[in-house]
Amino acid sequence: MPSAIAVIEWMIDNQALLIEQAIQHMNVALTALVFGIILWGATGVLIYRYDRFSDPALGVFGVLLTIPSLAMLSMLIPLVGIGIPAAVSALVLYSALPIARNVYVGLESVDESKIEVGRGLGMTDRQILLKVRLPQAMSVIMAGIRQAAVLLVAITTITAFFGAPGLGQSIFRGISLGSTKQILGGAIAISAIAIMVDASLYGVQRFLPGSEVNNA
Amino acid sequence: MYSSVILAGLGSYTQSVIEALEYIANHWGVFLTLLQTHMTIVLVGVGAAIVVAVPLGIVVTRHDKLGWMVMNMGAIAQTLPPLAVIAISFSFLGLGRNPVILALFFYALLPILKNTVAGLRSVDDSKVEAGRGMGMTQFERLTRIELPLAMPVIFAGIRTSTVMSVGVAYLGAFIGAGGFGNWVVLGQQQLDTHITMAGAIPGAALVIVLDQLFKRLQGVVTPATSTTKENTEISAA
Repeated sequence: MPSAIAVIEWMIDNQALLIEQAIQHMNVALTALVFGIILWGATGVLIYRYDRFSDPALGVFGVLLTIPSLAMLSMLIPLVGIGIPAAVSALVLYSALPIARNVYVGLESVDESKIEVGRGLGMTDRQILLKVRLPQAMSVIMAGIRQAAVLLVAITTITAFFGAPGLGQSIFRGISLGSTKQILGGAIAISAIAIMVDASLYGVQRFLPGSEVNNA
Repeated sequence: MYSSVILAGLGSYTQSVIEALEYIANHWGVFLTLLQTHMTIVLVGVGAAIVVAVPLGIVVTRHDKLGWMVMNMGAIAQTLPPLAVIAISFSFLGLGRNPVILALFFYALLPILKNTVAGLRSVDDSKVEAGRGMGMTQFERLTRIELPLAMPVIFAGIRTSTVMSVGVAYLGAFIGAGGFGNWVVLGQQQLDTHITMAGAIPGAALVIVLDQLFKRLQGVVTPATSTTKENTEISAA
């Protein structure tokens, strides 16, 4: 094991490489997250509206999440090949359960009395969904999105094996060179990104409707 | 027009799945070795995690401060990507199965520990008091009331860990541990998608089978009291 100082020295010496890979890493993970939010957010609202599809849909998403990432990426090769498109498609599939489930559960668990207030104010069904239910469900939905974000940042590491750019390349290079400094440097950068993305999404959450700060 | 494009896509995908299955059938001996290695890594890693996490969870529920510390450390450990954990343990254990088993052990530990703590905390105090009233010792209350009642939750943690571990064991191929990951890596090196698919399909099938198996078993470990309660409720209705 190299000392902590040796690892930090390696990270400083190779900061240009690490920063470049970190940007590529976030690029892949966050692109997938944006697609995931649009696709699975809408799916969550749909299975909330058509409740009989909720159990089968969430069941399938649960199975998707258990599939090993290396196997998922391999099985996507005949469809999307390798590289960034393959990485993003696999990551979008993994984000299905946390996002769709939390949108569904969030909408479902809104206090009925608040819906009644909206109805009493003469709101239409669409207004109740957009102005009462969604803001009330926002904290649960954001929890799902944050969970998905941390998961995607970790899985993006493995997509490096199939030619996608990112910090995973540092780790694979470290394994093939037997350089523990490089492995640890890459791992620390990935954990830092995961914690940073989680914290910034928490920051975003505070400005969205339905948060405690906003209501105060 | 679009439907014909989709159908053609589905057709060629089915074709590659069939070719992958043919590859497995033609290399049956190798397949069995890979399966055996993969399962050994998962079972040893998860087994060790159960042996450590359940007693640790029992200790943790009895000391609040210790519990807080263990859970926080575990949460930070979980943000490390599994590939990095394997790569780090590879750097001091060298090539082979042992570093994968170690990494898998660390990864499987947290879900089981978390669920043991959650399960034991969810046991109704009145039931433990009833045991005390019957003159049970603390050990008897633990083994005959608290653990059986917490069992479904603990079991759910073991299920999560096992399924996750099948995925982590794949990454062992990068440091020469064997398992289905071997074919994924080989296929990538030889630019042969069928070999890669042949490594991927059994693992995906394995997690789905294991997950369903555990789902069934979960009913078996659930104590009879809760099922009889459900029965009476149904008969009452």
